[in-house]
Amino acid sequence: MSPLLSVENLRIAFPSRQGPVEVVRGVSFSLGRERLGIVGESGSGKSQTGRAILGLTPVSGTATADRLEFDGVDLRSASTRQWRKLRGARMSMVMQDPKFSLNPVMTIGRQLMEAVKLHGGKSEAHDKSIAMLEAVQIRDPERVMAAYPHELSGGMGQRAMIAMMLVTEPDLLIADEPTSALDVTVQIEVLRILDRLVTERGMGLIFISHDLRLVSTFCDRVLVMYAGRVVEELDARRMSEATHPYTRGLLNCLPTITGDSRPLPVLARDDAWLE
Amino acid sequence: MAFIDIEDLEVTFEGSGRQVRALKGVSLAVGEEESFGIVGESGSGKSTVLRALCGLAPVTGGRISIAGEPVQAPRDAVFYRRVQMVFQDPYASLHPRHTVDRVLSEPLAIHGFDHAEDRVEQALEDVGLGSGFRFRYPHQLSGGQRQRVAIARALILEPKVILLDEPTSALDASIQAEVLNLLDRLRAERGLTYVLVSHDLAVVSHMCDRLVVMQGGEVVEQLTREALQAHATTEDYTRNLLTASEGFTRDPALQR
Repeated sequence: MSPLLSVENLRIAFPSRQGPVEVVRGVSFSLGRERLGIVGESGSGKSQTGRAILGLTPVSGTATADRLEFDGVDLRSASTRQWRKLRGARMSMVMQDPKFSLNPVMTIGRQLMEAVKLHGGKSEAHDKSIAMLEAVQIRDPERVMAAYPHELSGGMGQRAMIAMMLVTEPDLLIADEPTSALDVTVQIEVLRILDRLVTERGMGLIFISHDLRLVSTFCDRVLVMYAGRVVEELDARRMSEATHPYTRGLLNCLPTITGDSRPLPVLARDDAWLE
Repeated sequence: MAFIDIEDLEVTFEGSGRQVRALKGVSLAVGEEESFGIVGESGSGKSTVLRALCGLAPVTGGRISIAGEPVQAPRDAVFYRRVQMVFQDPYASLHPRHTVDRVLSEPLAIHGFDHAEDRVEQALEDVGLGSGFRFRYPHQLSGGQRQRVAIARALILEPKVILLDEPTSALDASIQAEVLNLLDRLRAERGLTYVLVSHDLAVVSHMCDRLVVMQGGEVVEQLTREALQAHATTEDYTRNLLTASEGFTRDPALQR
């Protein structure tokens, strides 16, 4: 079976005064219908990797790859027309903060139905939207449909955004820190919703996060990124067997509720990891 | 007699005909040289407790006393010599057009400290930055370095109490470890009293001897670190927080 998405040697560069700076330096992976986690700290290139897959690299940057293929479509040479067919309908993205990624002057209902209408299904748009809001466990979907983003709490807003991204039933969902702005208990609920959708609909999920511990409990497979490269690929259940010093350092430097190591081990960075 | 004594503290925010009771009678007692934690979700009022302590929130009831003396409203200079705060977001809490030197010198000038020059150098040394950072602007620093400057700014007045409002939640995991270690070391060296607010149970458990769990403007439960580690909680809310902090579990039956 051919994978849903394959990425080979992805490179993203941004111009700077000292010449182009590569923020993603040769990332390769393939994704089936599974949960793949991409973990790294700020500036590791994890978000840019996610954006490049959707063709959302900022205009100042350039993304190149030896191969960037989604379900048989070569994304590198995709026309605007092809992109319109793919984005939203077949692959979509959940951003970090609902406050900044929802349209503040449109009700949730209008934004949701816009997505449905664009990808066919004008007549059932309303019913579909309601059903989707119920699927993300919003108890009072009619009220949420009529609400503006500022009238919702962070958790509700994030669920509404997930509903918006999933209402078209995409094959691939890229979630960029979808739960980082949420409280722990809400975070687990949102993950449970994502988890169910992946299992039930056979969706592929790329889960981008800085939280190695959370990702290791949620995903099937984890890529650890450092300075624009994948330094280690791991089976999420075998996190404790990580061999790369960066992964190990990242795991060790987190305080735990039960542990009592004081001072906390600090991550000693090694220039050799950059190579 | 507790060092910081808060009794029935009430904070009510008013705006456009609406009243929000952010704190509904919170009582806390923090001992001298203790590290005390406040945990809760957004909107639980945990940060409001700190803000009320240092006079940044409209207190509408209750009493606050430090070392046996009730605090004055508005707070006087003596109070700020004794109590300083470190805020959550190092990107927002440092003046973007003031150099590190100016950020650190200003409190010294206000409180009439001598040897300002040496004190600034020393404060930078203490937080592990060195004098090379003295004439930089905040935008020339990383998040972790900025938070160190914020800690240096709080420490430069040699206070007894430091209020820490989510000091590491804007930082990467590896930087968080460095800042937590720094805070731990400074407390041991100087006998400081900490009140630390965080949504992260692991951070609080690492840093604090005792903690309270807050929800909806009230204290739900008070725990010691040992009780937290042993999961010896009596409240469902705390238990939910604990399970959620341990990561995702695939079986929903286990989660409930």
